[in-house]
Amino acid sequence: MSLKNLLSDNRSSIIKKWRDIVISTYPIDTQRFLKKEKDRFSNPVGQTIAEDLEILYDQLTSDNDTDKIARSLDNIVRIRAVQDFKPSQAVGFVFALKRLIKKELGSDLKADDLRDQIESLDERIDNAALMALDIYSQCRQRIYELRVIETTNQVSRLLERANLKIEIPEL
Amino acid sequence: MADTPKPEELSKIDHAPPLMEGWMDVPAEIRPGIYCYGAKAKNLAAVGMPNARDWNPADEDWKLPDNWEQIVEEGMKDRLDKYRSFKLFMDICVRCGACADKCHFFIGSGDPKNMPVMRAELLRSVYRKKFTAAGKILGKIAGARKLTEEVLKEWWTYLYQCTECRRCSVFCPYGIDMAEITIMGRELTNLLGLNIDWIAGPVANCNRTGNHLGIQPHAYKDMIDFFVDEIEEVTGIRVEPDLNRKGAEILFVTPSGDVFADPGTYTAMGYLMLFHYLKSQGLDITWSTYASEGGNFGFFTSHEMAKRLNAKMYAEAKRLGVKWILGGECGHMWRVVHQYMNTWNGPADFLEEPVSPITGTKFETATGTKMVHIIEFTADLMRNNRLKLDPSRNDNLIVTFHDSCNTSRGMGFLEEPRYVIKNVCNNFYEMPPNTIREQTFCCGSGSGLNAGEDMELRMRGGLPRANAVKHVHEKYGVNMLSCICALDRAVLPTSLGYWVPEVAVTGVHEMVANALVFEGEKERTTNLRGEPLPGMEEEE
Amino acid sequence: MNFILGMVIAAIGMGPVVMIPLVGVGLLKLNFFFGVIVPYAALAIFVIGMIYRVMNWSRSPVPYRIPTTAGQEFSYPWIKSNPIDNPKNTYGVVARMIFEVLTFRSLFRHTKLEYRNTETGPKIDYEWEKWLWLAALAFHYSFLVIFLRHFRFFMDPVPGFVLILEKLDGFMQLGLLPINGLGAPGVYLTDMLLMLALTYLLLRRIYIPQVRYISLPADYFPLFLILTLGTTGILMRYLIRVDITAVKELAIGLFTFHPVAPAGIGVIFYVHLFCLCVLISYFPFSKLCHMAGIFLSPTRNLANTSRIVRHVNPWNYPVKFHTYEAYENEFREHMIEAGLPVEKGLDSEPAKEAEE
Repeated sequence: MSLKNLLSDNRSSIIKKWRDIVISTYPIDTQRFLKKEKDRFSNPVGQTIAEDLEILYDQLTSDNDTDKIARSLDNIVRIRAVQDFKPSQAVGFVFALKRLIKKELGSDLKADDLRDQIESLDERIDNAALMALDIYSQCRQRIYELRVIETTNQVSRLLERANLKIEIPEL
Repeated sequence: MADTPKPEELSKIDHAPPLMEGWMDVPAEIRPGIYCYGAKAKNLAAVGMPNARDWNPADEDWKLPDNWEQIVEEGMKDRLDKYRSFKLFMDICVRCGACADKCHFFIGSGDPKNMPVMRAELLRSVYRKKFTAAGKILGKIAGARKLTEEVLKEWWTYLYQCTECRRCSVFCPYGIDMAEITIMGRELTNLLGLNIDWIAGPVANCNRTGNHLGIQPHAYKDMIDFFVDEIEEVTGIRVEPDLNRKGAEILFVTPSGDVFADPGTYTAMGYLMLFHYLKSQGLDITWSTYASEGGNFGFFTSHEMAKRLNAKMYAEAKRLGVKWILGGECGHMWRVVHQYMNTWNGPADFLEEPVSPITGTKFETATGTKMVHIIEFTADLMRNNRLKLDPSRNDNLIVTFHDSCNTSRGMGFLEEPRYVIKNVCNNFYEMPPNTIREQTFCCGSGSGLNAGEDMELRMRGGLPRANAVKHVHEKYGVNMLSCICALDRAVLPTSLGYWVPEVAVTGVHEMVANALVFEGEKERTTNLRGEPLPGMEEEE
Repeated sequence: MNFILGMVIAAIGMGPVVMIPLVGVGLLKLNFFFGVIVPYAALAIFVIGMIYRVMNWSRSPVPYRIPTTAGQEFSYPWIKSNPIDNPKNTYGVVARMIFEVLTFRSLFRHTKLEYRNTETGPKIDYEWEKWLWLAALAFHYSFLVIFLRHFRFFMDPVPGFVLILEKLDGFMQLGLLPINGLGAPGVYLTDMLLMLALTYLLLRRIYIPQVRYISLPADYFPLFLILTLGTTGILMRYLIRVDITAVKELAIGLFTFHPVAPAGIGVIFYVHLFCLCVLISYFPFSKLCHMAGIFLSPTRNLANTSRIVRHVNPWNYPVKFHTYEAYENEFREHMIEAGLPVEKGLDSEPAKEAEE
């Protein structure tokens, strides 16, 4: 059996466990809310995690569309970048997939002919994790940018006015 | 080093699961990115607030007065005797949890202490200890706990993580309103000088100069003149606004944010244009530099401070001898005007019951306060066909509307803005029903939390709103979020800039002004922002 | 304190509630004390306590008119307003309160859209998320009906409304085997509903982490208490029969203020009665006082008329604010220079000139 088949056979159980891992990074009192509340407007955090992990899984294990991977990573990391996580915690969930797959598929992965496929999957996950890191730092940077933009906006007209005053010479 | 995690810690994330640990014993963490800076001594002293000193919430020592506990206890007692809401809300909660997942901060952060019921319990536990027999005798068993410095810090942390948006109170079977409890809680923190500077600064400024930014009158006028030039550039029409003019029929008061901060400035230009348009039809209106702030950060400090700042509106109306007051687009300004002003500083018997000088419509909703919302005013004009409008000028916009918490849940102002918007733009789409009208989500930065240092908190709190915006952006291509609140205009560009950068923010009267067709205007090629109008792109 | 401790404490609290009547009546035969004195005392505590509670709340004024507006306000005639969720007069407030009290409208206000990703793309579903509302409603109404049905014991002859209620409530005659040789009494729907709803409300507290997090012993205790009350009642009705005639004698005696404590009523009845006594005397001191509190809630019982009628705050006091005079004094020079009208000119030159 190819790795791809193994991964698609175990798709729903691995995704479910992956989601549990991500959700378990939140306070225990809120985990059920994040999982159970299906309305994406009442529960944007939980629903984003649920939807985008699924996309990520499919993309990482078979389709490998970098744009889609980036978009889904962005959706999740963007949220985690403003929650109480250290950078490692915010993006660590990507690596968790690697360990999870090995744990779930265990002995099935021992076959020699799978080694190359496993290696390439690992590589894809590593790349995704690096992308997540990039996204994380972009998000953080964006926050500081926005702080500056907002401060500028708050007094934009005064600044403009001040500049104008400098430009126009006294009569 | 404590900050360098071991490899196994990286994979195991360390949110201490408080399953076996109740909330009472978990102290709050004062985290950078979440808390706002403490009020500076000068800003507290300027308005005579107690315990004025420079302090830093991140420090161990908050420089509290020695008898701080007594101050809080007496303050609580005083408020329990003065406010039935406070006393009742301390007693009748059954902790059913209906409000728990209704708070934008809980939804965005997952922090269980952000559940409204929990935030209220932080105060209730102390109330029980000090004011109920069961709490005094049974202590923790009765859900009571001592007021310690740690508890006070926990109060502070979470009271300044509530935007007083009242969404929880819509769902509470007893109408318990967290905003009301936060207001009381913040009053208590203010007895100890524990305001945040982002509130205390604007309050001090507003008191002295009439507006939050501390803009002196001549600079204010200068700013308005600047708008006049810009409007002329776009439309070829030179508007002639009045400031501090005695004998005008109407006084106009709007949040100062609209005069100085983008994109609110375009809304301010919108007001100026509308007033000019109506001049020939008999509108006689003046702005004021003294009462140049509709917004009221005093409301986030204490009722008394809010009343002090609000008093200027009636005082100025009286001094200028106007007949009634027109108010600009603002959220908490309207909560204050609608639910508090007349009680605090009324009766406004020196004013007349407002009647539109253009249409003759009597504003039945404002006969007591004598203050009309500009959206009401404009909606009436539109209904009576007094405005020549070309909504196609806004065809580049695909618009949705964000209900401000204060106007929706503190007033019920839902249809009027929609009516105006639909008259001036052709593409309008609503966000999902559980995110608008009385169920609207807060911008995430209300009630004075729109500082820079708490950006992470604001982004979390803004997520539910932005998420719904993102939905209509993806589904209908929405690219403009309209709102009737100056604070929204200041903070939503930031929140959307993080979550949905494709969507911009506008006030409703900016769109009105863009659609408004003046007699004798030059052919307009751009909107007020200087962006090409639809169909004019190639000429640029 | 964690939730287990919370429940343990509440359970420990229940111990005496059951043990006291067991010992008091079962061993010490204090029938009169538990059959007459305790009920009167409990009733007195309830009545006086609730009156005190309400008076105490009422003593604090409502300084501001702060209804939570959950619908369109009264506006122009061409805008449809929502007179119930945003009342503009007393009628609207009464309607709002009726809906609130009788149907738990706010708790119901939870229309949920669910977006499910199906193979053909996202699909919108409505999810029924009303279990809390339903359980609360079932609980309160069952309790009310059961309470009313008990008038069978207080009044002789049995009033008509009780008979009708019993008929409606007992429409589900289950084919139970005869017990104690008396034949199966009609199974009341409300008995089952009450127990089911209570069990749901309890499990919900334990199972849903958010609710577990906020729960106090004071939340478990009334649930345990009412569960015990219900269980003893059901036991008496279906399994452990007591002398109904004697019970009725006692009840009517209490009701007509000619108290008697007939002998021969099973001790389980006294446990039942004691639970009830504890419950009603617990009311004024606990969250159960929401029963009265809801009527006083300022976010619900006020009309949204603050801009039309001036709401008077009884303790309104004048405040010092920064006057225009002080403002102009500070900025006069700048104002004149900028051409803004002023009240007083500068001392050195008349204002008029400065303006030109």
